[in-house]
Amino acid sequence: MKLAYNIALRFLKASKGQTFLIALGIAIGVSVQIFIGSLIQGLQIDLVDTTIGSQSQITITSQSEEKLIDDYQPLLEQVAESDSLLQHITPVAQGQALMSYDEENYSVLVRGLDFDTADGIYKLSDRLVDGDMATGDMEVMIGLDLSEEAGIAVGDDISFLTNVGQPQTAKVAGVFDLEVANLNKSWIISSIDTAQSLFSYDDRISSVEMQLSDVFAADVVAEQLQSVLGDELLVNNWKAENAALLSGLNGQSISSYMIQVFVMISVLLGIASVLAITVIQKSRQIGILKAMGIRDSAASLIFLFQGLLLGIAGAILGILLGVGLAFAFTKFAVDPDGAPIIALYINPAFIALSAVFAITVSTLASLIPARKSSKLNPIEVIRNG
Amino acid sequence: MANVIELKKVNKEYGTQIKTKVLFDIDLAVEAGSFNSIIGQSGSGKSTLLNIVGTLDQPTEGEVLINGKRTDKMNKNELASLRNETLGFIFQFHYLLPEFTALENVLMPYRIQYGKVPKETLERANELMDLVGLEKVKNNLASNMSGGQQQRTAIARALMNSPKIILADEPTGNLDSDTSETIYNLLRDINQKLGTTFVIITHDRRIAEKADRIIEIKDGRIGLDI
Ligand SMILES: Nc1ncnc2c1ncn2[C@@H]1O[C@H](COP(=O)(O)OP(=O)(O)O)[C@@H](O)[C@H]1O
Ligand SMILES: [Mg+2]
Repeated sequence: MKLAYNIALRFLKASKGQTFLIALGIAIGVSVQIFIGSLIQGLQIDLVDTTIGSQSQITITSQSEEKLIDDYQPLLEQVAESDSLLQHITPVAQGQALMSYDEENYSVLVRGLDFDTADGIYKLSDRLVDGDMATGDMEVMIGLDLSEEAGIAVGDDISFLTNVGQPQTAKVAGVFDLEVANLNKSWIISSIDTAQSLFSYDDRISSVEMQLSDVFAADVVAEQLQSVLGDELLVNNWKAENAALLSGLNGQSISSYMIQVFVMISVLLGIASVLAITVIQKSRQIGILKAMGIRDSAASLIFLFQGLLLGIAGAILGILLGVGLAFAFTKFAVDPDGAPIIALYINPAFIALSAVFAITVSTLASLIPARKSSKLNPIEVIRNG
Repeated sequence: MANVIELKKVNKEYGTQIKTKVLFDIDLAVEAGSFNSIIGQSGSGKSTLLNIVGTLDQPTEGEVLINGKRTDKMNKNELASLRNETLGFIFQFHYLLPEFTALENVLMPYRIQYGKVPKETLERANELMDLVGLEKVKNNLASNMSGGQQQRTAIARALMNSPKIILADEPTGNLDSDTSETIYNLLRDINQKLGTTFVIITHDRRIAEKADRIIEIKDGRIGLDI
């Protein structure tokens, strides 16, 4: 075992140029794998983040006739304790209303939020472009698009017609920009109390919203939550509502795997053919060792170790190259303002997997020369000088 | 004295389509501790015979016994062990491992058998290097030594596992006559000191005459045996 390893190491050292070239071949395969993988994972994370990063990922609503949730404090606590992945759990009181200003009517969704907890989801404090948060009684914030379209400014009074019947007046405290035109046009955000009095909800809310630290666990967590909460409440998750996005991501992942598999197959073929040649180069040495009584199994181990060592060297070199390439990419492929066009996702587990894969592949590639070495008959070498 | 090598009706044919018979009914016994030389014209079958004795090649018919054991009944691993422990080879073309130093080449048979090299063994290898007069160049790579130095390294290597039998095929075939003389004297010394059995192929009659026994191979048969 140890001798075979030592001989393998010595053979590799004796032909440094050749060893370096094979290791470089493996390294290029590994680095392409790491680079493409990091790029695609970065793209996916970016896409998921822009799509669902600033919205509720699991939403609890009521199944009752009025669609309202009574006595919600215990529910918030129960949800918080149910799963450690859950975060930014926040109550929401919302309803459809007709907003009028300057004799024009606009159909809007009034969303009453608990600003402290909702900020984790909607980042309102960062997205306020004018005025202040609507913390006071009968104060609201409107979206940038609505503000421009209707000519409403901070400090203006607007009136709402809701299910209550009587028009009610509220003051515009601030203007937000959620970077989605549709929401900027139709959302009006207030405190929970304001929304509750606009719609006469008393102390009830319409939903509980939350996010997860692992967005892809949403379906599993939602299902567990549903079974804990019983069927008076309905638990929805983003995955159920975004099938198209999910299948897009899946397609991307599959094409990324395909590229990686083919890169590795070409590396495998390259190593196998080079190692096959080294067996012929070293047949004299193998013959001498066999005449001295080395066993066939040890003779084949020499080449397995060569494959393993080349794989390890190639993997290390490939990680350095791949991470360097990724780093250079985020450094040089940038917007005018210096932010990378695509933020690559450097995933250590994925890099480790690529490395293990490359090492396995190059060890497998050395099986063919190992077999040849095992079968070599010393007399062929001794007879032919 | 017991026979360490015994050949019974050994025949050897080469080729499958066109068969050429090289050895014919060879019967031969070699006593333990003896110093034997094999002579004969080029192509008479000397190397074939020696390779069969060394279990590197197999006879087409007949039996080979080493230490009284039939080699045709042994599996590949048993043959490997036999070659490693009981036999030492010295070939005409030195056959060192060029990637290793002279000393490492000498240690190789030991490492094949036992793996790790203890201090006493390293000392023994160094003594063998002294014995063949290579103390100064023992840490050179095998590929950086002269022909005579390589051949002496091969001799030290053949002695490493203290084999009972050393088989040598024209060990001085491509060395000058002074170096040849030194190497034969060295082999004779080892034979007398350690009692190692030698079977040496040589084309040099002067050297052959110094052996205990001369076996002449003629067209695949034993001609003279004195
Ligand atoms: N692999 C082989 N195939 C066919 N013929 C062979 C082979 N090896 C040796 N021979 C033939 O066998 C005969 C004996 O060869 P060898 O034992 O090498 O003779 P020597 O060592 O006495 O010169 C020669 O005629 C040679 O051509
Ligand atoms: Mg010959």
